[in-house]
Amino acid sequence: MLDALWLIPALCLAGACANLVLGTLRAPKAIVAVVGVGSVGAATAVAWATLWAYAGQPLAVVVRPYFTWISAGDITVNASLQLDPLSAVMTAFVTVVGLLIHVYSVGYMHGEGNAAFARYFAYLNLFMFAMLLLVLGSNLAVLFIGWEGVGLCSYLLIGYYYRQLWCAQAGMKAFIVNRIGDLGFLLAIFATLAAFGSLEFETVFPAAAADPASFGPEATVIALLLFVGAVGKSAQIPLYVWLPDAMAGPTPVSALIHAATMVTAGVYMVVRANVLFRLSPTAMLTVAVVGGVTAIFAATIGLVQNDIKKVLAYSTVSQLGYMFLATGVGAWVAAIFHVVTHAFFKACLFLGSGSVIHACGGEQDMRRMGGLRIHMPTTYWTFLAATLSIAGIPIFAGFFSKDEILTRTWAAGASDLNGFGDAYRVLWALAVAAALLTAFYMFRALFTTFHGSFRGPEEVAHHLHESPRSMTLPLVLLGVLSVVGGFVGLPGQLLHLEGLNLIERFLKPVVIPLAEVGGHAAEAAHGAHGIGLATEWLLVLVSVGAAAAGVLLARRFYLGAGAFLLPRRLAERLPLLHRMLLNKYWVDELYALLVIRPLRAAAGFCWRVVDELAIDTLLVNGTAFGVELGADLARYTTTGNIRNYALMVLAAAVGIAALLW
Amino acid sequence: MTAELVPIPFTWVLALSAVLFAIGTLGVMLRRNAIAIFLSLEVMLNSANLAFAAFAYRFGAVHVAAAAALDGQIFIFFVIAVAAAEATVGLALFIALYRLRETIDVDRFNILRW
Amino acid sequence: MVDDHLLSIVLIAPAAFAVVLLPIPRRWRKVHRVLTIIASSLMFAFSLRLWTAFDADEPGFQLAERLPWIPQLGISYHIAVDGISILLVLLTTLLLPVVVLAAWRLNIEHIKSLHISLLLLTTGMIGTFVAVDLFLFYVVWEITLIPMYFIIGVWGGPRRIYAAVKFFIFTMVGSVLMLVAVLYLAWFHHLQTGAWSYDYTELLTTAPLLPVTGGLLAPGLLVFAAFGLAFAIKVPVFPFHTWLPDAHVEAPTTGSVILAGVLLKMGAYGFLRFNRGLLPAAWEACVPLLTALAVVGIIYGALVAMVQADVKKLVAYSSVSHMGFVMLGLAAGGQAATQGAILQMVNHGLSTGGLFLLVGMLYQRRHTRMIADFGGLAHEMPVFTGVFLIVTLSSIGLPGLNGFVGEFLILAGSWSRAPVAVALAGLGIILGAVYMLWTVQRVFWGPLANEANRLLPDLTVRELFVMLPLLVLIVWIGVHPGTFLSPTEAAVRLLLGR
Repeated sequence: MLDALWLIPALCLAGACANLVLGTLRAPKAIVAVVGVGSVGAATAVAWATLWAYAGQPLAVVVRPYFTWISAGDITVNASLQLDPLSAVMTAFVTVVGLLIHVYSVGYMHGEGNAAFARYFAYLNLFMFAMLLLVLGSNLAVLFIGWEGVGLCSYLLIGYYYRQLWCAQAGMKAFIVNRIGDLGFLLAIFATLAAFGSLEFETVFPAAAADPASFGPEATVIALLLFVGAVGKSAQIPLYVWLPDAMAGPTPVSALIHAATMVTAGVYMVVRANVLFRLSPTAMLTVAVVGGVTAIFAATIGLVQNDIKKVLAYSTVSQLGYMFLATGVGAWVAAIFHVVTHAFFKACLFLGSGSVIHACGGEQDMRRMGGLRIHMPTTYWTFLAATLSIAGIPIFAGFFSKDEILTRTWAAGASDLNGFGDAYRVLWALAVAAALLTAFYMFRALFTTFHGSFRGPEEVAHHLHESPRSMTLPLVLLGVLSVVGGFVGLPGQLLHLEGLNLIERFLKPVVIPLAEVGGHAAEAAHGAHGIGLATEWLLVLVSVGAAAAGVLLARRFYLGAGAFLLPRRLAERLPLLHRMLLNKYWVDELYALLVIRPLRAAAGFCWRVVDELAIDTLLVNGTAFGVELGADLARYTTTGNIRNYALMVLAAAVGIAALLW
Repeated sequence: MTAELVPIPFTWVLALSAVLFAIGTLGVMLRRNAIAIFLSLEVMLNSANLAFAAFAYRFGAVHVAAAAALDGQIFIFFVIAVAAAEATVGLALFIALYRLRETIDVDRFNILRW
Repeated sequence: MVDDHLLSIVLIAPAAFAVVLLPIPRRWRKVHRVLTIIASSLMFAFSLRLWTAFDADEPGFQLAERLPWIPQLGISYHIAVDGISILLVLLTTLLLPVVVLAAWRLNIEHIKSLHISLLLLTTGMIGTFVAVDLFLFYVVWEITLIPMYFIIGVWGGPRRIYAAVKFFIFTMVGSVLMLVAVLYLAWFHHLQTGAWSYDYTELLTTAPLLPVTGGLLAPGLLVFAAFGLAFAIKVPVFPFHTWLPDAHVEAPTTGSVILAGVLLKMGAYGFLRFNRGLLPAAWEACVPLLTALAVVGIIYGALVAMVQADVKKLVAYSSVSHMGFVMLGLAAGGQAATQGAILQMVNHGLSTGGLFLLVGMLYQRRHTRMIADFGGLAHEMPVFTGVFLIVTLSSIGLPGLNGFVGEFLILAGSWSRAPVAVALAGLGIILGAVYMLWTVQRVFWGPLANEANRLLPDLTVRELFVMLPLLVLIVWIGVHPGTFLSPTEAAVRLLLGR
């Protein structure tokens, strides 16, 4: 069964090609839906069958080289796929979530024309192909193909409603901002190639782990460059600006690409390259700081957004920050664990919001919603489950992963990881604060959308309805997963049952132990938390307390008789802060001022001044003008008088004679 | 006393040639009538012919090879032939010019100026 | 018999066919079109025989033919291909039928003379790539100038005369100095060996002996500079590039495609073959300069492309940027980077050629190339938009398409030698995405901005066939570049090893 590895992405690619053709033929939507969902369904079936076969074996790394992609000089890049615990976990949830969202899309995109419907599924299938290539690739180059491929699909799908200019612009913004990150990734690939002579994970990482001392400096460079790539793709400061705009795409796209899968590719990549990061304390700290700061930064913006998808978008940025914080403190498994649980609850939230938007006739502003829980019970309950999960309420999936991250961050601070203990302690405080804010803004969204009374226009109120079965089914499944998904990573150590943490056990081989340098390990011990049990329980209480405080605060603000009064008063009391948050700290404007305008000015200068004035006018046409001027002067020797010519001939002859003398 | 046949010194001949050449040149420079210029030109050509003949006579004897002795004379024929061709073309041109302007004053023909 | 003179046939066939076209009255335009498309397709098919007859493992010149031409001066008709030139020959023969088909509906008076110019140009271009004798090289190099001058000057846009003259004079300035350098090399060979020779294979033994030390006026450096100037103008390398936007904007589509597709490659090819091959010491001395100019070209071209209002001018400046990558690869000089540069020449011919073809199709429909006149075309022309998008993605180097492979090899190969240059060149990749996607955005996305664009006809079947070979190759090179990398391997190794 492992030999069918290539079939998993290939099926999706076939589906994409078929749908492109069907789109030009304007085939009926039923056929397109069957092809689109069917291809991903088949891929999911093959993937799970493969994983079943794989999990039954001793967990080795299975590499399947198919052909040599690029070979020139000492550079050889294979087109090969690999199955190891990490890619297995990623494949498992990507296929499932992807399939559910495909099913959901059939209902959600129902109103599109035939061609547009087929185009949508072609892009979505292409995305699945690229994403699976990304997680299954056995070297950085194949990973990069997938990486750019998902970026392309993201571009196409954000700009799916291309007739609306702002959608297309959002797509372009996403692609270009991602490109900045991709440059870092590309340079990291070159540096890896130069340092290790290969891009294969199975060559590079063991080599680096075996000789931490000599690969130290290179590892710092490579890790930081890789992280630049991750920052772009996973929307971290300072390259997060594209993700909120990316909400211009259809909501299932936001759920699949901009919440569950693509944006977590950066986390996957960092975890994949964990050896290189562990060799470099600088890189680790950078990752942790960027992640931690992003977590709180995005959460503050999320507090005041009124567009339901924008709230979810900033929440995604914030949650991705948590994942990077986890990687930055060496909690690799916790990062992936959070990727998985986040995929469940965030996909559920997005699909729920899509269901709401669908019901409200395209309305996304929460100020014109409210009281929807009566009209759409299924959506409400699943949304509630996901909200509880993201807020970190115990038993729900998000609690386990988030708590793990917070604990490990505290542990990093306590054990003075790499000597940066203070920084990690500050990050822990930030993360706890962000947890509070998360609970607050998520319940704010829940209350304003589903509770109270409907605030939208009258005619919309009449049409409020629960979504069709194809949409509620994925919602329910994802809602269930948001509840139970965390059980794969139960914090067994709290109860002296280490074996309970299945995902920790499964992913253990991904973190290769480093060889020792000069008698001591090159990094702080990992795996064991290194803090006492009592402290751990205390930390759990702190994080649950933060979440509960957020929920209660949201309830006080947005529920009951005095709903919306308090926040309004607060906004009036602190106008500057409110405006700053509402305008997202003016970061977009800042970029326009600091990057875009200077760039355009430089371009204009190059064109008008250097090209047209200096080179073309002065040098090129200047030479021509000089020649013309000389000729103009010289022509006055042409007097037309034959006797003058004779004199010149004579003078020349005498001159030559004199010269020859 | 017998009048001894003294050969004219070589340099005299060359000097005559130079004088003729100068006269011809001045004629070309100063005369405005095309025919006169043309005649001056002929004088210049023939001054060259004279120099050819003089050189052939003077150095032909030194150089033993007979063929070499004839070089100068041969060139004279070339020059005469060219001069004849020139006369044909030139005079035809003058007639054409005269028909156009009713004059052959070369100063009046300067339309190719600048 | 045919196989003995394979290369000569490929070389002469276009010119010979041009002679065949001469007696056919120019009013019979249909006949001209049909005949030329058939003949050029046959020529391409025939040139594939070159590909099969070519032995990729043999590093040196193959399929050589040598006839004395002016034996007193050591000048001979010596042609051959090696792994470096064969791809470019095939690119040339491929683009010929493509542009002939693209010009099918072109409603112009003198289609006959356009075809004849194209055919003569093709012979010149192929000659440039296969000439082994430097004198012959100079002759064919100059031959390409004249048909191109006419193509721009006769069938071009409103400022065609200015553009054509500029193109001519720019190129001439470089090539005249190159002639001096060629003569100097032959004379130096005479000095060293006592025999005159213009033959590349023989000059390889003497040209590297030219001294490069002793200041800027060392003979080796001067010869290098003379060759380099000619090629730098052709590539074009900043700051010798300003003829290119004018020539591209004014040239008809046919001319632009050939210009971008093949003529620019002649410059890069010359750099590799002559500057690098004949004068390795001078090359080493000039690597920093070449690297700097390449990087400046990449960023500068991209920046200027970004603010263009005319799509064609934008693509022209993007050529400056892309050819900067080729120059960077050549300057870095490693095996991988050089192979990447050669592949990138082909890639650039495909993607930029494709873009010019598409812009030409748009121009034929709307008689404008101003970005501002378009907007929201995607709805009217979905297939056209799709094709344009694929070519755009190829141009900005999306992995899986051809552009990426070339850029990857160039940059990866240059990294160990010049990491800063690679990082700066990477900025060019970002800017490339900016200007190309911004163009796509303004031309295709958004609401229909201009009523005149409503119901513009989509890609016709003929136009699809024009684009099809390019699209196939774009994907082919992107997915399996080995087909096109392996022939260059041995030849590049030999050239760099000298």
